[in-house]
Amino acid sequence: MSGCYPKRPANLASRVLKGEAIIMNPADSSLFNLNETATAIWLAADGRTTLREIVEREVCPRFEVDSESALRDAEELVQALAAQSILILAEEPGDE
Amino acid sequence: MTAALESLNIVIGGLAIEVTASDAAFIEMLSGQYGEFVDSETRAAIRLEVDLTDEPVALDADADVQVSREAGIWKLSRGDFDARYDPVRRYGTVRQSANRHSIDSVIRIIHTLTLAQEGGFLLHSASAIRNGHAFLFAGRSGAGKTTLSRHAPGDAYLLSDEVSYVRKSGGVFLAWGTPFTGELGTAGVNCSAPVEALCFLRQATENRLVTVEEPEALRLLLANVLFFANDPELVRQVFESASEFVGAVKTFYLNCTPGDRVWELIR
Repeated sequence: MSGCYPKRPANLASRVLKGEAIIMNPADSSLFNLNETATAIWLAADGRTTLREIVEREVCPRFEVDSESALRDAEELVQALAAQSILILAEEPGDE
Repeated sequence: MTAALESLNIVIGGLAIEVTASDAAFIEMLSGQYGEFVDSETRAAIRLEVDLTDEPVALDADADVQVSREAGIWKLSRGDFDARYDPVRRYGTVRQSANRHSIDSVIRIIHTLTLAQEGGFLLHSASAIRNGHAFLFAGRSGAGKTTLSRHAPGDAYLLSDEVSYVRKSGGVFLAWGTPFTGELGTAGVNCSAPVEALCFLRQATENRLVTVEEPEALRLLLANVLFFANDPELVRQVFESASEFVGAVKTFYLNCTPGDRVWELIR
C-alpha cells in the first residue's frame, strides 16, 4: 500500500479553504470535507508519487509526526478516499 | 380554428421569460401571481409555450422532479408537468393543467439552469435589502425564514421569504427579488443590491451574529442551493460559483429569537 501511486480523479470539483479541501463529485453532488493532513495528501496525489514519498515530504515535516505512524494513518485514509471515488490508487506511476 | 395565443413576460433577475398559452384566463391568473414581475416592455430572452391539458401528463402523478439533458435539450418533468427546453434556441414547451404551481416550478428550474452558466444560483433562503445592501437568510423549513420576513422593518425591501436569486454581475454578487414565495405568500420586491452577508438561521434564546468560517460556510451554502439537473458540468459550475461567493461575502450564523429585534443586527 505504501508503494501505491495515489491520484486525484480529474472529474472532481474542489476548493481549498483555510487549509481544508471541500470536494464535490459532480456526478452525484456528493460532498466531502478533508482536514488539513488529508488535504495535504490529497493535493499531493499526482499519480507519479508514492504514498510513502507523499507522507515523508508533505506530512511528517508539516505536522511533526513520525513516518511509520503517519504512513499507517495515510494508508487508512487513501483507502477510505478511494472507496468514495475521490482518489485513485494505482500500482504504477501514470501521467498527471 | 385555433384559439388566439395569450402571453405575458415574467422578468426575474433581469431575465424575461415570455409565457404563452391559448387560455386567456390562465395568463390572467399568472399575471396576478407574478404581479410586479410582469413587464411587457422587457424583451423576452426565453419563450415558453404552455400546452394546457386536462389529461394526466405523467404515469405517476406524485413523481419527483427530474431534470436531464438529451441531445442538447433539457427534459423537465414531475408528476404534474412535462416540459422540454432548448437552451440554444431559448425556447421551451410545457404540458400541464391550468394551474400556477406547475409553470412556476418550470420557471424556477429554467432559472437554475441559466444561472448555473452565469455564475449564480437560486438559494433556499429569505432575503432583503437594507441600507442599499442585500442580506440572505438561509435555513431549512422551520429555521425562521418566514418569521424573520414577517418582522422585516419598514426600511427593508423584502426580496423573498423563500427563494433568493443570486448572480454575479460586474464582479459583484447581486441578490434580486423573486416572486417565489413560501409561507408568507407575498412576492418579493423586484429590485437588486450587492450581497453584504449570508446568514444561516439558528433558533436561539438571544439574538447574535457568529462568524462562520469559509469551509463551513461553503458546506452550508451548498446544502441550501436549489439545483435539480443531473448534469456534472453544471453542478461543477454551481460549486465554483458557491465557492467564490463564500469568499466574497461575509458569512454568519444568525442566532435569532422570534420577534423583530433580530433586525437590529441586520444593517
